[in-house]
Amino acid sequence: MNRKRLGLAVMVGLLVGLVAVSALAGEVEVLHWWTSGGEARSVAVLKKLLEQEGHTWKDFAVAGGAGDNAMTVLRSRVVSGNPPTAAQVKGPQIQQWGDEGVLTNLDAVAQAGNWDNLLPKVVADVMKYQDHYVAVPVNVHRINWMWCNPEVFRKAGAKIPTTWKAFDEAAAKIQKAGMIPVAMGGQNWQEATLFESIVVGVGGPEFYHKTMVAADPAALQSPKMVECLKILKNIKQYTDRDAPGRDWNLATAMVINGKAAMQFMGDWAKGEFIAAGKSNGVDYVAVPVPQSSGEFLFNVDSFIMFQVADKGAQEAQQAMARLIMEPRFQEVFNVNKGSIPCRLGMSRAAFDDVALRSMDEFASAAASGALLPSMAHEMAVVPAIRGAMFDVITNYYNSDMKAEQAAKSLASAVKAAI
Amino acid sequence: MDMAVTYAENRPAAGRRWWDTMERLLPKLVLAPTTVAGLVFIYGFVLWTAWISFTRSSLLPKYDLAGFHQYLKLFTSERWWVASKNLLIFGTLFVTICIVIGLLLAILLDQRIRIEGALRTIYLYPMALSFIVTGTAWKWILNPGLGLERLVHQMGFSGFTFDWLVNPKMSIYTVVIAGVWQSSGFVMALFLAGLRGIDDAIIKAAQVDGASLPRIYRCIVIPSLRPVFFSAVIILAHIAIKSFDLVVVLTRGGPGYASDLPATFMYAFAFTRNQLGFGAASAMVMLGAVMAIIVPYLYSELRHKRNG
Amino acid sequence: MAERSQVVAPRTPAVMAGRILIYALLILAALYCLIPLFVMLLTSVKTMADIRSGNLISLPSQVNFDAWKAAWGEACIGVKCQGIRGYFWNSVVMVVPAVIISTLIGAANGYVFSKWRFRGSEVIFSALLVGCFIPFQVVLLPMARTLGRLGISQSILGLILVHVIYGLAFTTLFFRNFYVTVPDELVKAARIDGAGFLRIFWRIILPISTPIFVVSIIWQTTQIWNDFLFGVVFSTGDTQPITVALNNLVNTSTGVKQYNVDMAAAIIAALPTLLVYVVAGKYFVRGLTAGSVKG
Repeated sequence: MNRKRLGLAVMVGLLVGLVAVSALAGEVEVLHWWTSGGEARSVAVLKKLLEQEGHTWKDFAVAGGAGDNAMTVLRSRVVSGNPPTAAQVKGPQIQQWGDEGVLTNLDAVAQAGNWDNLLPKVVADVMKYQDHYVAVPVNVHRINWMWCNPEVFRKAGAKIPTTWKAFDEAAAKIQKAGMIPVAMGGQNWQEATLFESIVVGVGGPEFYHKTMVAADPAALQSPKMVECLKILKNIKQYTDRDAPGRDWNLATAMVINGKAAMQFMGDWAKGEFIAAGKSNGVDYVAVPVPQSSGEFLFNVDSFIMFQVADKGAQEAQQAMARLIMEPRFQEVFNVNKGSIPCRLGMSRAAFDDVALRSMDEFASAAASGALLPSMAHEMAVVPAIRGAMFDVITNYYNSDMKAEQAAKSLASAVKAAI
Repeated sequence: MDMAVTYAENRPAAGRRWWDTMERLLPKLVLAPTTVAGLVFIYGFVLWTAWISFTRSSLLPKYDLAGFHQYLKLFTSERWWVASKNLLIFGTLFVTICIVIGLLLAILLDQRIRIEGALRTIYLYPMALSFIVTGTAWKWILNPGLGLERLVHQMGFSGFTFDWLVNPKMSIYTVVIAGVWQSSGFVMALFLAGLRGIDDAIIKAAQVDGASLPRIYRCIVIPSLRPVFFSAVIILAHIAIKSFDLVVVLTRGGPGYASDLPATFMYAFAFTRNQLGFGAASAMVMLGAVMAIIVPYLYSELRHKRNG
Repeated sequence: MAERSQVVAPRTPAVMAGRILIYALLILAALYCLIPLFVMLLTSVKTMADIRSGNLISLPSQVNFDAWKAAWGEACIGVKCQGIRGYFWNSVVMVVPAVIISTLIGAANGYVFSKWRFRGSEVIFSALLVGCFIPFQVVLLPMARTLGRLGISQSILGLILVHVIYGLAFTTLFFRNFYVTVPDELVKAARIDGAGFLRIFWRIILPISTPIFVVSIIWQTTQIWNDFLFGVVFSTGDTQPITVALNNLVNTSTGVKQYNVDMAAAIIAALPTLLVYVVAGKYFVRGLTAGSVKG
């Protein structure tokens, strides 16, 4: 059925395309997990742009576990010999897919679009396999944000902290005033998100790189790591009993409602505040996680492109890659989703204050070497190692394991996962 | 009955021989598609998984053998032991409680209850729902801050705690609660059918002999339900081993990995963590353990059936 | 059906108390079964404001059916904003053939295993039974490759094939257990009269099989309709069954959750199987009973 429609589209394209700019119209089958709400609206933007150029978009949405189900489906599609045209895959998994030899080459589009100059090197490297572009980045999320309700701070007589010591003081005051200092969702990725923000703040970019990116066992057992682990465990006393299993958006709701003072979450939390009609600076304030104001942990969503036989589909692939990196899509998509463009030097008019601060820090961190891939969001290490780290972190957070023991477990888990 | 039509006489001699051969072959022919399907799609695939478990496959299958590497990793993985222990706890509790509740409900329902039809439907309907459907509801009910505990607090009993869902030591038991909820009704239906099939003459004779009702149930009724126990155990064990949706929706294996089961373990490693070989090894071990328990049981029951 | 009135003891006060206890236990069990459904129904008619402020069983400020409308025809799943309507029909198209085919083959198999045993048939039966214990995650990848080679990897046809194959063990078990209770004399007499394999099946066995057909159909419908794993792996956007669509709707990773729409959609997804159990439930029990010893 896929081929018949494809054939028809190619014929139509050929007939019309004698005059048109793109010679062939094709169909892209896109696997993703942006299945509802604001995320789905953002994908619809890309679909419309692609269709305006004469191509067709075949949607293949699979939700669940931020990609868990989608990855299973992708795997079986590839094994069955019929991969989708594009799939939402990010981080080192891109290189793993490249190893399998099933990805196509986007260098032509990258050249024409000047990607090498418009993307920070850290980001561009993630999109490449053996120095060829195989994936196109869609957006950038900053992970190490702390979302605060200033009213709660004021009521407790506390100040929004910029160091972990100040955090302790503020949290204690808030707790005494009868409110919950930290709104936490007890899921392993949320715990890991908090943990890596601590690591980058306390240890600095190089330490973060050694532990979370290179996953060096020696660094994972170092005293600095133990210190970070202790800070993580220390936060637990400031969360409420119902935290385990709670979804991140429900934790954000606690901050919105004034029940809690702070939440450690990436910039997608902004969407919740906006949906609840809150205004930036008045009802909520976004600050970097204590001690990490210079560092930028990034999560870049991207689409990888598979090798497909059909010429029309190939054309459509190239068109999709080109469109994604163009300013028009970058602006509309990111305003809708609450993230920032991965393309440097965009016009600032459409973005709000938090996004603008993010964009500035993105550029400056890229320049200063403090732009780092997020481990918790699959940007830094392969899934096997990430999974192993997650197991240790969540186990440590949810039990009475000692920090020294956890550090040792981290090192051995990573060694076992390689 | 036109069965009396004797085609034996009407057929020519040569045709008869052909027909007889066909008659002998026909049962086997009928069984052939299923047998082939079973060989290929069940045992063949298990062999494929076994092969993969001896390789270093990560993202996609690779077929170069690498020895027992994955199995060694498996036995030193703490998470695997947690998952295995959980399967034992969950499996035994689930099967036992379902059978006890199912039998009890069946016996109670069998006592000329007026609203039997309605009750039976109510007990059966959970089986009709998939866990994607009810998982969210159960997650809410069991959540301390949103569900049962909060409700009881609001009713005034502020000392009541029911935080099993979020307690690493107890989370596997919440899986039991939800699982029992879903399957007891079906077991009840099985036992009810079995009870209705028991010959009354024996029971009447026992009553005439002066046996009390509990004694009758214990010594006559329940033993004659043995085939039903067999079916129930098979079906429940199968559900317990395959429990995947249930865990994923209810606890996602958490807190941490405290409520992980081998099925979710295998899925996580094979598909999410790009460690296909490792996941395959865990699947083989899980299969082996299951076979070690189920096969002897099957053997003894089928033999009993043939002799008894 | 057995007449139990002679078995129950005469009505004394102790017995009355006993009966009250029985009713109490049964009703308690019924409540335990009904609560999740009640919660779901209640949530689906509340507005989001009600849900955020109230608790599990708090009543809505006003009953509101917008969530149902949205779930059926308007909710966004991926880039299509047409609710779960289309996926409902995908499931129907998948379930009906799969149930019919697996039941018929199961009936034939059960017939052979019980009345036409040959050397090795018990082994095949046991092997089939053992095979239903493999967790389906194990077969995903090899099945994907097989379906790909057959060219049906993303289609509803592929899903039907998968469900038929993995449903055979259970349908065969049901039919075999049922036919085992049919007296062998019936078949032997027919053979003496000259009837063959097919004729006996058609004229003798099938007419009395209605109860077990009902059991098998109910079981298979439930299993296949509610399946998620095969549905998500072996389908694509347009051919996804309703369980996959429901999961897509409910499991948004970074969006705002609309609990009332989720619950409404979940109930819609459950309606066919619920209906089957409510309507055919008594035939289910009757079907299981009919396989028992006849006095």
